[in-house]
Amino acid sequence: MKMQLAHKKKFTISYFTKKRIGNVVYNIFMMFLCLVIVYPIFWTFCSAFKTNYQIFHEAPVNLIPRPFTLENFQELAKIYNISRMVFNGLYLAIVIPFLSMLVSSMAAYALARLRFKGSNIVFLLLISTMMIPSYVTLIPNFAIMVRLGLLNSHWALILRSALAGSATAIFLFRQYFLSIPRDLENAAIIDGCSWAGVFFRIILPNSKPILASVAILTFRGTWNAYLWPSLIIQEERLWTWTLGLKLLSEWETRQSVLMAGSVISILPILIIYIIFQKYFVNSQIGSGFSGV
Amino acid sequence: MKKKKEGFVEAAHSKDSFQTEKRKKLQGKSRVRKKTFLTLSQKEALTGWAFVTPVMIGFLVFTAGSMLYSLYISFTDWNMLTEPKWVGFKNFVNLFTKDMYFWDYLGNTVYYVIVLVPTVIVISLFFAILLNKRVKGLTPFYRACLFLPCIVSTVAVSLVWKWIFNSTEGMLNGILRSFGVENPPGWLSTTEWAKNSIIIMRIWQMSGYYMVMFLSGLQTIPETLYEAAVVDGANKAQQLRYITIPLLRPTTFAITILLVLDAFNIFEIVLIMTEGRLDTSSLMYYIYTLAFENYRMGYASALAWVLFLIILGFTILRFVTRKDEKM
Repeated sequence: MKMQLAHKKKFTISYFTKKRIGNVVYNIFMMFLCLVIVYPIFWTFCSAFKTNYQIFHEAPVNLIPRPFTLENFQELAKIYNISRMVFNGLYLAIVIPFLSMLVSSMAAYALARLRFKGSNIVFLLLISTMMIPSYVTLIPNFAIMVRLGLLNSHWALILRSALAGSATAIFLFRQYFLSIPRDLENAAIIDGCSWAGVFFRIILPNSKPILASVAILTFRGTWNAYLWPSLIIQEERLWTWTLGLKLLSEWETRQSVLMAGSVISILPILIIYIIFQKYFVNSQIGSGFSGV
Repeated sequence: MKKKKEGFVEAAHSKDSFQTEKRKKLQGKSRVRKKTFLTLSQKEALTGWAFVTPVMIGFLVFTAGSMLYSLYISFTDWNMLTEPKWVGFKNFVNLFTKDMYFWDYLGNTVYYVIVLVPTVIVISLFFAILLNKRVKGLTPFYRACLFLPCIVSTVAVSLVWKWIFNSTEGMLNGILRSFGVENPPGWLSTTEWAKNSIIIMRIWQMSGYYMVMFLSGLQTIPETLYEAAVVDGANKAQQLRYITIPLLRPTTFAITILLVLDAFNIFEIVLIMTEGRLDTSSLMYYIYTLAFENYRMGYASALAWVLFLIILGFTILRFVTRKDEKM
């Protein structure tokens, strides 16, 4: 009996050792997976500082630029007014989220808390826009902008995004507002505060996490947008960087210059992603809806 | 309600000293002057409508109105410069009978949907299960890495992947060759591989996004179920089969609908990676060229509506069949 037990002990690995080995295997696998996923972006950054010669003549696994060069960016600066385009992109990516969030959060608050006739129908209508593909409304929206004389104007982009709000944002805001305790508002109303005052003075200052998430989502959407801006804006001085990059890709043959262009496109959103990483992922959780 | 409030205020006054009473009365007077004839609930309703008005204007103009307008245009011949000319069902008839591109592009689009949707679901679910419950250590880092591809612009990553897929100098074939693959596929330059290349790129881009949605679904599954299963001797595969997948059904349902929409929307990738070549182009790209390169707005709108109805039909089908899925 004793012998048997001892015998058994010898050959079974303890629970903790097993777990530790499992953890090591898991981490190695995940590291590898992350490397595979991130590699193309990482490689883009490295290539932007390589010479075109190196990209063509060395194995793609060779990441380190030799020689390290800023020539690609200088070439880009010869073709485009980079700072102007980046400024246009950033300006839109700040103004549009701001207005769109204001409009969406107000609507979301009304739908979450205020009792008025027809609120259910309004909510259903707004949420149903999530299911409507963009190409059905694309042509009429374009025609409207032509009729309003807003072609070649940032106002067309701002107006459409800001007024339309976004079903996703409204949905996210509404979920969040529903979780704020009602007592806070009731107290303010009894003290004679108006509903608008309650919203701007109490609800909004208490909604920083959701504001941050939606801001980042809209920023990403605006900075990366191609189709709609490309229809509206033909003048080069009004272009965003995404539009410039697309046109560049049509005729530029030097891979290193294209990679430098991609880096300029990826960098702002990457910086924001790293700073607000937590919000980025959280904004997806629980929502399940967002336009990419 | 208001009477009650006033009574309450008066009661409070009687307790106060004379001076504060006087001051409060004065305040009360000024408030009386401001008073409107609206009741509290009327005010609430008014604010409610005021708050949803901007969004509703946007909705009525840019969504509802635009959809009706688009429907009207689809029955006309219109190049945006002259007045639209009513042609009845001609656009729709031509689309199904005379347009050979339509069937090719529909075939491509359906291929994208059929391959992309299940693959992304399986891969993103796999990622989510890998990341679930390991909160400590490097998990946030892994999650950030896997999510990264979907935040960067499609234009930029399409450019990058176009180069990766380059058949002679591209990164992918370079790696394949160094592993001893004699004749790596030509990826985007060949008809057999072009669509699959686009799908590979899309899987890379979107999996992290749907992974996060699956993660939020996984977090709603109570841990006790797994504990009970372990006690009953279920292995990991059985846990997945009998607990995780059935309980994730609502999430999977939402993801399927979103993914189908997404797969029908493939546009920028096609625009940049193959410049709309016949064997890769999607219907979305076709609509774009019809409307904004050939200025056939009526025909493009007809196509957009056909595509919309296909997606709507699918979504409704999905909603109807969901009832059977509930066990």
